[in-house]
Amino acid sequence: MGWTRKDLVTMRELEPAEIVLLVDTAASLQEIAGREIKKVPALRGKTIVNLFYENSTRTRTSFEIAGKWLSADVINFSAGGSSAAKGESFIDTAKNIAAMSPDVVVVRHSSAGAASILARELTCSVVNAGDGAHEHPTQALLDLLTIREHKGHFEGLSVAIVGDIAHSRVARSNIHAMRKLGMTVTVAGPPTLIPPFVQEMGVKVSYRLEDAIRDVDVVMMLRLQQERMTGGLIPSLREYSRYWGLTLDKLRAHARPDVLIMHPGPVNRGVELSPEVADGPYSVILDQVTKGVAVRMAVLFLLAGSKAGGAA
Amino acid sequence: MSTRPPRLREKAQVLDETALDRALTRIAHEILERNGGAKDLTFVGLRTRGVTLAQRLTAKIAAIDGTTLPVGTLDITLYRDDLDMRGAPVIRGTDIPFSIKNKTVILIDDVLFTGRTIRAALDALIDLGRPKMIQLAILVDRGHRELPIRPDYIGKNLPTSKRESVAVRLREHDGEDRVVIEEPEEA
Repeated sequence: MGWTRKDLVTMRELEPAEIVLLVDTAASLQEIAGREIKKVPALRGKTIVNLFYENSTRTRTSFEIAGKWLSADVINFSAGGSSAAKGESFIDTAKNIAAMSPDVVVVRHSSAGAASILARELTCSVVNAGDGAHEHPTQALLDLLTIREHKGHFEGLSVAIVGDIAHSRVARSNIHAMRKLGMTVTVAGPPTLIPPFVQEMGVKVSYRLEDAIRDVDVVMMLRLQQERMTGGLIPSLREYSRYWGLTLDKLRAHARPDVLIMHPGPVNRGVELSPEVADGPYSVILDQVTKGVAVRMAVLFLLAGSKAGGAA
Repeated sequence: MSTRPPRLREKAQVLDETALDRALTRIAHEILERNGGAKDLTFVGLRTRGVTLAQRLTAKIAAIDGTTLPVGTLDITLYRDDLDMRGAPVIRGTDIPFSIKNKTVILIDDVLFTGRTIRAALDALIDLGRPKMIQLAILVDRGHRELPIRPDYIGKNLPTSKRESVAVRLREHDGEDRVVIEEPEEA
């Protein structure tokens, strides 16, 4: 199985074998982080543009590190302090950047579908680094790599994704990928934060944290997007934290002793995760961040490193 | 994607099981002779069959000298000079769980052809540290070098034409120990 796509926009469109190829490639690239000289020449002479219309720490930094470790030239563009602030449209900005012949454009935007528009409009490769509440494929891939390193396989594992499912691109990308790989997924949260018809994605729904985390291999806690608070979707932060915050007591009472606790970051400490859980023995949160670099190296390498992945 | 390679048929056998084993035994002795023993030697094989050959060589050295030497695995995909000309490559990873700094590295591959793989391997090795010396051991040298690269230990010199290919079959991967020359069927 080789990589033949120009872009990485969604997990939904990938074949299981393509997902496994991405995870395998990332697994092989992990050793570079442990080297004295963290650089390989694979993407020498390639140019990667990070086109970020939304704030990001982890994702942008790890795409930048990934590109640099592969010897590509990485240029960061953020909407503030650019011509976007002067009123240039998204497509115009993107086309102007494409006119400078980059090999890969990594895009984050608050609108769902932004990445697929670019993939269609530009001849270079496009990577979706998060588009609205739609998808965030590289986050799902790093979650999968983390899960496989700890559990050894995918098939048959059960995962609970807890919190603001409705606004979560991380949940959506993970659900698509995990279902394709034969994993069982339960989504859990207050009814206002569970999207209607979510069962059609092949997941179970739970409205009680204690039920959702029972007997699962992995608990993925999502960030409560506090900017949604004004929408009246949850009564109060305190109430959310009381019913949906994961504490060590709840974990010990209801979850398996070998459960993995994951979180895509940034963590609201004391809201969805108590500090003892975030920093505790079940947590693999920082491991996820480390694996993020390897995953982004794998994506950039497969898209830009070979003839098959490059622009037509 | 790349076009389907032409079907190959076997043209001649170059080494049988006994000859292959003798060649490796000789190389093991030559390595010890050239380096005055096994001190500070490390072995790095190129994926996939170079690694197997490295393991066999270190087993022979252990039998001769009583020294157990480390074997590492090198994947040179990230260092290739033809990434733009190939289909999507599969990376299987480098695994060298010891320091090569100030060591003599014996680099092992099954077939030496253009020399481009070894060029990539040298770059990859030197990125991992500064070895005292790198020596190259090859089971079959088939000529047609495109770079100034020369092996230190050779199992068999084998003049070939460019359209032929050399297949090294090893028990661990192919169920038999044999080296054959192959040529395209519809020639």
